[in-house]
Amino acid sequence: MSDKPALTLEQTPKIPKLFRLQWEEAQQAHVLLYPEGMVKLNGPAGEILKRVDGQKNIADIAKDLEQTFNEPDLKKDVLAFLEIAHERGWVRFN
Amino acid sequence: MSADGSVSTNSAVKPNGVGHPLWLLAEITYKCPLHCVFCYNPIDYATYGKELSTDEWLKVLKDARAIGAAQLGFSGGEPLMRDDLEIMVAEAHKMGYYINLITSGVGLSEKRIAALKEAGLDHIQLSFQDSTKEMNDFLSSTKTFELKNRVAKLIKQYDYPMVFNCVIHRLNVDHVGKILEMAETMGAEYVELANTQYYAWAHYNREHLLPSREQLVRAEAVTDEFRKKVGDKMRIFFVAPDFYETRPKKCMNGWGNLFIVITADGVVLPCHEARMLPGITFPNVRDGGDVKSIWYDSDAFNKYRGDGWMKEPCRTCPEKEKDLGGCRCQAFMLSGDATNADPVCDKSPHHQIVLDAVAKAQGPEKKVLAIKPLTFREDKNSRLITETEGSAAYRE
Repeated sequence: MSDKPALTLEQTPKIPKLFRLQWEEAQQAHVLLYPEGMVKLNGPAGEILKRVDGQKNIADIAKDLEQTFNEPDLKKDVLAFLEIAHERGWVRFN
Repeated sequence: MSADGSVSTNSAVKPNGVGHPLWLLAEITYKCPLHCVFCYNPIDYATYGKELSTDEWLKVLKDARAIGAAQLGFSGGEPLMRDDLEIMVAEAHKMGYYINLITSGVGLSEKRIAALKEAGLDHIQLSFQDSTKEMNDFLSSTKTFELKNRVAKLIKQYDYPMVFNCVIHRLNVDHVGKILEMAETMGAEYVELANTQYYAWAHYNREHLLPSREQLVRAEAVTDEFRKKVGDKMRIFFVAPDFYETRPKKCMNGWGNLFIVITADGVVLPCHEARMLPGITFPNVRDGGDVKSIWYDSDAFNKYRGDGWMKEPCRTCPEKEKDLGGCRCQAFMLSGDATNADPVCDKSPHHQIVLDAVAKAQGPEKKVLAIKPLTFREDKNSRLITETEGSAAYRE
């Protein structure tokens, strides 16, 4: 699928300026808006991307989610989603 | 917890199964300094009534946002011909729209781009007609090529993502390599090489514009090579003309499904072209109905929703959900009945019309094909054609 190398927990994602993440009341979902397009995100995807601020690394994001949702270990899920997001260009890594 | 992004845009449905009008196209004016031969604006645009006022537009934007519209395109004509564009952008930004300006660039001075940035404009799509000055100016019947180059620089200077759009057809398809190089030089992030779709002016001029198969194959090969060369930094979309397909496009993702157009004079449409269809009265926002009731309840928007309207061969076709019978307007234009299958489909009894058009387009690129002269989109021609040919101008 991807020829990009696998992500590591120390990497810090950011949302490229082409995209805008926002909550859509009518759809009851987070969406990513970009030139002439929109991606509707499911609940977990929205929660992850909400925490992508260009400061927190993947481990920090997972930890934040674990605390918020009282879940033991979300690192694998976060990595799996960010792989997809990276593939689709929704996040970038420096 | 499982995490995935759904790319489906129509899963958020109301109980009656009708989705939100996620994409609002505001064709705020039909005035245009260009006169492109492939324009998709209606042929009779010059006979339409008065443009909506600023306040009328603001109400429309607010109403559409309330029922879920999130992407907003300001288009036309040339949207910069309206000097209240900055006001509309500012208000739309406050409402939470992602705002696209779809422009030829004519009229985009540094003063205006600064004001639009300040107002919250998210993105600018700049259209080109070709990579060469001569062809650009000829196809749009203006002298705008250098101006567009200046505007492209302004767009980057004001830190906008840029979608570079070039309408492709027989007269410029062989320049695709040069067009891509130009887009790269200008720093475009997205490039749309959109083959002309044959509606309105493009349909009227189709014999001049439909490329040969050989031209298309060559252009796609050049595009693929270029993609490999530039990698991630530029995303290139090559949209082939559906006349070369055997299945139709799922036009607008379905009638009244997620796309809504409001015309300069206030008519609400499910696509850019539907106004040509006979036997449907499209509501006007000036007649009291708000966008919500028009979207959900009007006869016009419910007419071709779903598949209840279908005839054979669509009705029992196993692929009917995939393309919803294609485009109602193309079905009308080519076969005379909007409830027929889109003749692009090789199951359509009218498919021969498409095959004949394609057959006529084969052969050397410089072959003179057309009987009619190339007709530019301008007020004079709009009135003249409407007067002399009436609705027949839209038909095969």
